[in-house]
Amino acid sequence: MDWGQILSNSASFIIAPATIAYALAAVGLSVQFGYAGLLNMGIAGFMALGAYGYAISSITFGLPWYLCIVVAIAASVVYALILGIPTLRLRGDYLAIVTIAGAEVLRLLFLTSSFDQYTGSADGLTGYQGSFRDSNPFPRGSYGFGPWTMNENQAWVTVIGLVLLAIAVTIVFLLMRSPWGRVLKGIREDEDAVRALGKNVFAFKMQALVLGGIFGALGGVIYALPSSVNPGSYVTSLTFFVYTALLLGGAATIFGPVLGSVVFWVLQTFLGNVLPALAGIGILPVSSSQASTLRFILVGVALMLIVIFRPQGILGNKKELTFVK
Amino acid sequence: MSSDSTPVPAPAAPPVPHAPRPKSTGLHKGEAVPGVAKVDPIIIADGVRRTFGGLTAVDVDHVEIPRNAITALIGPNGAGKTTLFNLLTGFDKPDAGSWSFDGKSLSGVPAYKVARMGQVRTFQLTKALGLLTVLENMKLGAKGQSGEHFFQGLIPGIWRKQEKSIEAKAHDLLRKFKLDAKQADFAASLSGGQRKLLEMARALMSDPVLVMLDEPMAGVNPALTQSLLDHILDLKDEGMTVLFVEHDMHMVRHIADWVIVMAEGKVVAEGPPLEVMQNPAVIDAYLGAHQEIDLGEITGRYHAEEKN
Amino acid sequence: MSSPGLISTRPRTMRLLAIFGFALAAIAFFSTAPAAHADEVGLEDNPFRVSGNVQFNGDPLEDVKLTVEGGGYKAEVETDAEGQWRVGVPEKAEYKVTLDESTLPDGVAVVEGSNEQTVEVGPGGRVTTNFFIGKGERNVTPFIDQLVERLVSGLNFGLMLGLAAVGLSLVFGTTGLSNFAHAEMVTFGAVIAWFFSAALGLPLWLGITLALVLSGVFGFLMDAGIWRPLRKRGLGTVQLMIVSIGLSLALRYVFQFFIGGGTRQLPGSNSPEIQLFGSVSLTVIDLVSMGISIVVIAALAFFLLFTRIGKATRAISDNPSLAAASGINVDRVVRIVWILATALAGLAGVLYAYYRPGLKWDMGAQILLLVFAAVTLGGLGTAFGALVGAIIVGILVEISSLWIPADLKYVGALVVLILILLFRPQGILGRRERIG
Ligand SMILES: Nc1ncnc2c1ncn2[C@@H]1O[C@H](COP(=O)(O)OP(=O)(O)OP(=O)(O)O)[C@@H](O)[C@H]1O
Ligand SMILES: [Mg+2]
Repeated sequence: MDWGQILSNSASFIIAPATIAYALAAVGLSVQFGYAGLLNMGIAGFMALGAYGYAISSITFGLPWYLCIVVAIAASVVYALILGIPTLRLRGDYLAIVTIAGAEVLRLLFLTSSFDQYTGSADGLTGYQGSFRDSNPFPRGSYGFGPWTMNENQAWVTVIGLVLLAIAVTIVFLLMRSPWGRVLKGIREDEDAVRALGKNVFAFKMQALVLGGIFGALGGVIYALPSSVNPGSYVTSLTFFVYTALLLGGAATIFGPVLGSVVFWVLQTFLGNVLPALAGIGILPVSSSQASTLRFILVGVALMLIVIFRPQGILGNKKELTFVK
Repeated sequence: MSSDSTPVPAPAAPPVPHAPRPKSTGLHKGEAVPGVAKVDPIIIADGVRRTFGGLTAVDVDHVEIPRNAITALIGPNGAGKTTLFNLLTGFDKPDAGSWSFDGKSLSGVPAYKVARMGQVRTFQLTKALGLLTVLENMKLGAKGQSGEHFFQGLIPGIWRKQEKSIEAKAHDLLRKFKLDAKQADFAASLSGGQRKLLEMARALMSDPVLVMLDEPMAGVNPALTQSLLDHILDLKDEGMTVLFVEHDMHMVRHIADWVIVMAEGKVVAEGPPLEVMQNPAVIDAYLGAHQEIDLGEITGRYHAEEKN
Repeated sequence: MSSPGLISTRPRTMRLLAIFGFALAAIAFFSTAPAAHADEVGLEDNPFRVSGNVQFNGDPLEDVKLTVEGGGYKAEVETDAEGQWRVGVPEKAEYKVTLDESTLPDGVAVVEGSNEQTVEVGPGGRVTTNFFIGKGERNVTPFIDQLVERLVSGLNFGLMLGLAAVGLSLVFGTTGLSNFAHAEMVTFGAVIAWFFSAALGLPLWLGITLALVLSGVFGFLMDAGIWRPLRKRGLGTVQLMIVSIGLSLALRYVFQFFIGGGTRQLPGSNSPEIQLFGSVSLTVIDLVSMGISIVVIAALAFFLLFTRIGKATRAISDNPSLAAASGINVDRVVRIVWILATALAGLAGVLYAYYRPGLKWDMGAQILLLVFAAVTLGGLGTAFGALVGAIIVGILVEISSLWIPADLKYVGALVVLILILLFRPQGILGRRERIG
């Protein structure tokens, strides 16, 4: 068992594209769920739109990478509006069911063979990075050090991802100190009370849904940029994993989503390496595929424990816990 | 406009506690029957009906609320008072009917727009925003904040000045309502009565024209009730109109200029407080025959204890 | 919304074309086959014959390569301009016919079954075999028969969903929990039934009975071990819901841990078909499954309407605090509801394992949304509403696959769910809440 390798693998996920993607999506969810109390159970749908929006505009329409990102954002905005108009008037649990249904509808539309020529159906899409890599300012070579050594393409994805994440976090930071954020938090507590004070609750919720959706889509772009888009990634479990990351860090905090995503991925990678290794040398009496299933069981258990025992997350203030009864 | 109901200019010195303030009279035209026309109505409702399944919760033929007066809405539990509040403020949709506020039709106008027009309400079951501080609760009440727009909110420079003045106003009101010591606490930590106060103070942050209070005194201690009553009277002096639901008849008698009685969804009587309370129908339906007698005498326990 | 019109119109025309195409193809095939100049291999040298026809939407496909193989004999053949081929074979025996998919035009594939078929040259000395090629499914049956078939199968599916939905709805009604882990209760039933009857080889009826009993026990344990303590802690509904999501994830992977990622079959899953009329047929399993669902649902209705506990259950769903105040032991009723709900879900799981067919670690999660859709359609928390909703969803899913591609059939149901909420947020039988 190679501890050095395992630790290095785990550490590399501190700034891996997948981590940044989760962080972006979790920041989006923090706006929707943590601050506005909107139970969006379909963040996977927004991520899928981001990923497919990017890939399809690159492959089918040959757009340059920055326009592909614009398309991804536009798609998520349109989707948020379509989803929000019927559902934002609904009670929390209805909203959850509708958003999860919406995400599944999207996934099935990407998966069906009817639109194979655009979506690649079950095979997904690859080979859309051309324009992005062409614009890479990093010359060929190796960057970073230790576990964080990457080639020029990985470095470029990471840099763009971090820039987007920084922008997202800054926007949330500014908004949540403003009167806008105050209204949003008020809506989370009791939307009727806020309505009685003359605030257009629907419009605020919609803005939160759209803003969070954009961050989700950007997360999807970063998730897809390193390699490929696969419809199997955007299942409801993805939403649940992002929730786990969010709640781990603290749903109504600025840096919670980022910290939560880092912890989530580092632990996932660590367990994904350690458990099969332990099974391999016979310490765990299970097969190696069973060993890698174990970590997902642990994710579920962790999610339960966080919500029960530390609902405010690592960074949250006990008094600021976000669950509305 | 009736000469008696013109706003009294705010006195230079703060009002002396317990000083009797004149009631507005001459609010109506003609005989004080249910649905009587008012000299200067602020709300006029016609044929408003709301049913829940088979139950008709509200069925009001015609009612007018007088401007710049304090009107009490009373009636037995389940009479439809809260439901009528919900309908008038756009929180619920009636099966039929129309109503107007300040001459503008309000049918189908969403609740937030109703509030923006100056018709602000509180709730029977208080809705303090628990995880916001008391001060934040108050600031939320202010109207027309530029920082509540998405893009302007991003730039603190735009809204900071307005925020300061809102904060000053919030401090004033909190002091008035004896909540200034609590301003940094989460609203969730307030007691039930304090939440009632906070909700009322928050509603006043928006400089309303008409304040609708659903049982403002429930759970507020007697000493505070007195000062709350003064606040409500002050509102009238400042030119606002008050409509409140209350079961405490002392309070109704003390501050209301006009009383509307509802039972089983209908307006069954209205008039100045003292007259309404003599109305046999009202006594039958709501007040009971023994309103002036101590409860102890009715149940017989009071005397029994005296003798022991 | 991803407008239903948009989804259905194009594939619908495609679909109808396909139906007519196949019908024509069938007619053309039977009338012309004997006289056609098929591309012929080895007919002179061999006494017996294997032949076939390769068409897509009624258009013959030319130059498709096939291999006929068996008993040491092997021949290759290509279809002619009519899409036909014939091969002479030496013996009355089994032959494997393989269609070389790479020789099919782009975007076209063998659907239904694989590109390999086994044929037996029987007493007549001749056999024909066809490959069903297309984007959709084979559609040679008349529309009305298909409709009836879909209706029946939708009813079957709906009743099965109903078993799961009623439980979900009862739990929601009495505890306010939107239980995402209900999906895993469904899987649990199937897995346990499989474990006893397939892995341990006990009789099927015993395996299924044990599955139901253990499902109920599982429900009891979950209520006692997780949900009751959490209710006592005063967790909010959203918090509880996320806990159930965590539980759902954990259980799902526990199943994967034990039974792996593949599909497993319950005993007797390929039961004989019974012809009803026309080309409409049902398997014995379908019939039994529907019968069981109907009996169980009737029993449940009796329970809810006429027994004391059943009435108490509905009273609690109606108004929990009032029910508690009027002396109903809420904890006890909730416990019974949990046992009932999980046992019903377990039964649904067994039936679903036959319906799919096969059981899989995430099979419950696959239908969870449909179950939620059913419950929401009916109005959250009303048990009978959930039933009605489930039957609507089941039939909708099956019927819609007449017009939209089979891999989109859940989309229709989900879009309808979203639309219903748009117009009637309280569901079909639900009520609105009070404000203020
Ligand atoms: N959302 C609702 N669904 C069903 N019935 C309702 C709803 N809201 C109110 N009702 C019914 O309408 C009637 C009037 O209720 P309302 O709350 O308006 O009474 P109220 O006059 O405010 O009583 P109280 O003095 O006790 O506050 C009651 O019988 C109540 O049960
Ligand atoms: Mg009331």
